[in-house]
Amino acid sequence: MVARWGTAGHSPGVPSLCTAGRAVRRIVATLAILLGLAAPAAAQGGVQGEAIRALATTNFDELARAVERLALSGEPNALGIVEALRDGTLLFRQADRAVFWRDAQGRMRDAATGEVAEGVAPAALRPLRVNNRVRRAIDATIGALSLSNPDPRVRLAAAERVFRSRDPDAIPALDAQLARETEARVRHAMEAARAAAVLGSAMADDAKLAAVALIARRGDLEARNLLAGLAGVSEAVAQAAAAGVAAIDRRQAMLRIVQDIYYGISLGSVLLLAAIGLAVTFGTMGVINMAHGEMVMLGAYTTFVVQEAMRRNAPWLLDWSLAFAVPLAFLVSALAGALVERLIIRFLYGRPLETLLATFGLSLVLQQAVRTIFGPNNREVGNPSWMSGAFELGGVLVTWNRLWIIVFSMIVLFGLMLVLRRTAFGLAMRAVTQNRRMAGSMGIRTPWVDCMTFALGSGVAGLAGVALSQIDNVSPNLGQSYIIDSFMVVVFGGVGNLWGTLVAAMTLGIVNKLLEPIAGAVLGKIVVLLLLVLFIQRKPRGLFPLKGRAVES
Amino acid sequence: MRTALFSDRLVVAVAIIVALVTFAIGIGNLAFPPGSVLHVPTYVVSLSGKYLCYALLALGIDLVWGYGGILSLGHGVFFGLGGYAMGMHLMRLIGPRGVYGHAVLPDFMVFLNWKELPWYWYGFDSFAFAMLMAMLVPGLLAFGFGFLAFRARVSGVYLSIITQALTFATMLAFFRNDMGFGGNNGLTDFRELLGFSLRTDEMRVGLLWASGVAVLLGLAVCRLMVASRFGKVLLAVRDAEARVRFLGYRPESYKLVALVVSAVMAGIAGALYVPQVGIINPSEFAPMNSIEAVIWVAVGGRGTLAGAVVGAVAVNLLKTFFTTRLPEIWLFALGGLFILVTLLIPRGIVGGIVTAERRRAVGAAPIAGPA
Repeated sequence: MVARWGTAGHSPGVPSLCTAGRAVRRIVATLAILLGLAAPAAAQGGVQGEAIRALATTNFDELARAVERLALSGEPNALGIVEALRDGTLLFRQADRAVFWRDAQGRMRDAATGEVAEGVAPAALRPLRVNNRVRRAIDATIGALSLSNPDPRVRLAAAERVFRSRDPDAIPALDAQLARETEARVRHAMEAARAAAVLGSAMADDAKLAAVALIARRGDLEARNLLAGLAGVSEAVAQAAAAGVAAIDRRQAMLRIVQDIYYGISLGSVLLLAAIGLAVTFGTMGVINMAHGEMVMLGAYTTFVVQEAMRRNAPWLLDWSLAFAVPLAFLVSALAGALVERLIIRFLYGRPLETLLATFGLSLVLQQAVRTIFGPNNREVGNPSWMSGAFELGGVLVTWNRLWIIVFSMIVLFGLMLVLRRTAFGLAMRAVTQNRRMAGSMGIRTPWVDCMTFALGSGVAGLAGVALSQIDNVSPNLGQSYIIDSFMVVVFGGVGNLWGTLVAAMTLGIVNKLLEPIAGAVLGKIVVLLLLVLFIQRKPRGLFPLKGRAVES
Repeated sequence: MRTALFSDRLVVAVAIIVALVTFAIGIGNLAFPPGSVLHVPTYVVSLSGKYLCYALLALGIDLVWGYGGILSLGHGVFFGLGGYAMGMHLMRLIGPRGVYGHAVLPDFMVFLNWKELPWYWYGFDSFAFAMLMAMLVPGLLAFGFGFLAFRARVSGVYLSIITQALTFATMLAFFRNDMGFGGNNGLTDFRELLGFSLRTDEMRVGLLWASGVAVLLGLAVCRLMVASRFGKVLLAVRDAEARVRFLGYRPESYKLVALVVSAVMAGIAGALYVPQVGIINPSEFAPMNSIEAVIWVAVGGRGTLAGAVVGAVAVNLLKTFFTTRLPEIWLFALGGLFILVTLLIPRGIVGGIVTAERRRAVGAAPIAGPA
């Protein structure tokens, strides 16, 4: 082993400008690096200092060889030194060929030990300069050293770099590392990088065909670009590459659809949250609450106020402000709803069209009130750390805030179902929905149930506001932008059936998002609205109509 | 006929007031020089013309809502389409005097790099054709929409919500540049109509008088309709649709006729509105505008015809006052008006007067209540 690097390092007779010879030497060198690092003990001793001292030269060829040799030396600081050389912060003292590097603070450090070298005047040192040949040697060395770095993230990044550069010189290093790579992710990246490097090399066709197949399996856009941009290959490889591009395109199209469906579910969950409270009030009381959107807005502003209060008084709790905002928003909106019911809506029962107008007036008043208090501009509500960012799942980008909103909407839906089915209040509510007068005769206080129902529906709208504050601008117009969609959901799903609301919200969300790439966002929305208008002509009572005589009135 | 037309004293009174005030404003503007005590400034002329267009729109809404029980939250779509028909005519009349100087294409099409006029712009250089379209397009839309909706027995709040969706969808569509209606800038920069510049006082007074005549005609048509046999059935449909059906009538036909007439009136109102305000853009289709128009009728008193005109003018006078003097109060006032009118005077101003009169004249036949 030592003998082999000896051959590579101490053979000045090999013509350094001969390309093939240089390539071979670099391959041998990188191989040796890997083996050398695997057993660094073998390279200990005087050789180490010698390898660093060899850098102290102004001859570029010598320097390049010294770089390659340094990589083989097993010097623990080799990567740092080579990077310093690349960055131009490596200096040497001509007298004793000692090498130093300048750290970020401008202090001189001994390259061999990494310790601050006291009393070394920068003026006595000469910086090491590099040319293209040295730079290539540096890059190869850094690549090879990174590929065998103990940190898997560094190895992964190095593999990605090779994938992009398609440098055939990296193949031996990759092979060596692949032989002992244990991390599956890094392994995959290295296999793809090796395949890319094979395509960039002068290897035989069967190796290249295998490489094309492997890259096609990787299936992302980078792989597609690589295959599509392949030049100077034989007919068979070119055909395989074209087939690979087609396969990747199919896969990407599938992924896009999956991604659109995810966006659709995300939009659907937002619609569900906004509409579910409406479904409760409309379903039970036949009341069209045009101020429902403003209840959502109140919830969003409550979230904003809670967050601001915490920012000022309890910054350490900021990440959990939503935990406080959720119940508070529910209470604020529910209270507002109860007030509205007592002050306005109860006088208008049996006159749905007038209720619609009065609540619309209310929505204007609430909007203007919020505009007067908080100003007309958008308010910033931050995402807590556990809701920011995204991760990739099989090629589909999943953002945390959207995911949490889907989860939250499901919790709200099932929580509401529990209330309706398992509590005395829910029983009373369902009784009033089905037959108001009979329920009254059985001793249910229908006015109280109405009030509580309206409060419940509004409170759920407040919860929707908390969720919306995480993905949308909190502004006085927040509610308005959702009210028409919410009505569509309720009308589409049928009144008085939460499953209908769920199905309708998800259908609308997904159809909207699937139409968007085909027709554009605006046209898609128009198409959905028109489809809905046509649907209502066919089924005026929605997907899941409430059965019974009461609804006919 | 004669009795039907003049039997409602309130309608007659409102018609006379409209005629007199409209005439007086026009004369005051043209006959008296600026500085004279009797001079009426030009902006008052334009403003009054605008109010009259709103009054015509409100009349249409009153016909379907007050008499047919159909609460349309999308009448802005008919108003806007009528306005766009007129706007297209006015655009064609600009001719080569646009900023880009193209002989045929309006400026926005040149800007969008269009090479020729889309087919649906053909014919709009003719005034008669444009006016026909201003009535035909809203009428046909109302017919198609009403035919489907009434046949499926979509009624009540469901109908209100889908009319709202209709106008919302139209707004989104007209915001698109490739629709060929000027995108969100709409149509503007008009110059002349029927050979007269739009910027002269004479033209403004002419448009005001035209609007006044349109309102009078609208009142007459609506009055004749509701006083006829047709109107009686329509009222019955509003109050008990199922019973009317069981008596052998087809309620959907009656509602459809009322909706189409109402849409045509809205279309005419839109066509008269555009040259007076000088612009039409997709925000006319905003659901908010349609709902605002409904509240004019509610404030004035629905099912009275006179109330629609009174409400439209009264609310818009308030709006003009608030938006110029106290803009931040306007939404409070409008919202409060919605709530208070529905809670306290469900019959509106004119409805309240009628009820008070009836109470004094004991023994008079009970008038139809609200739906």
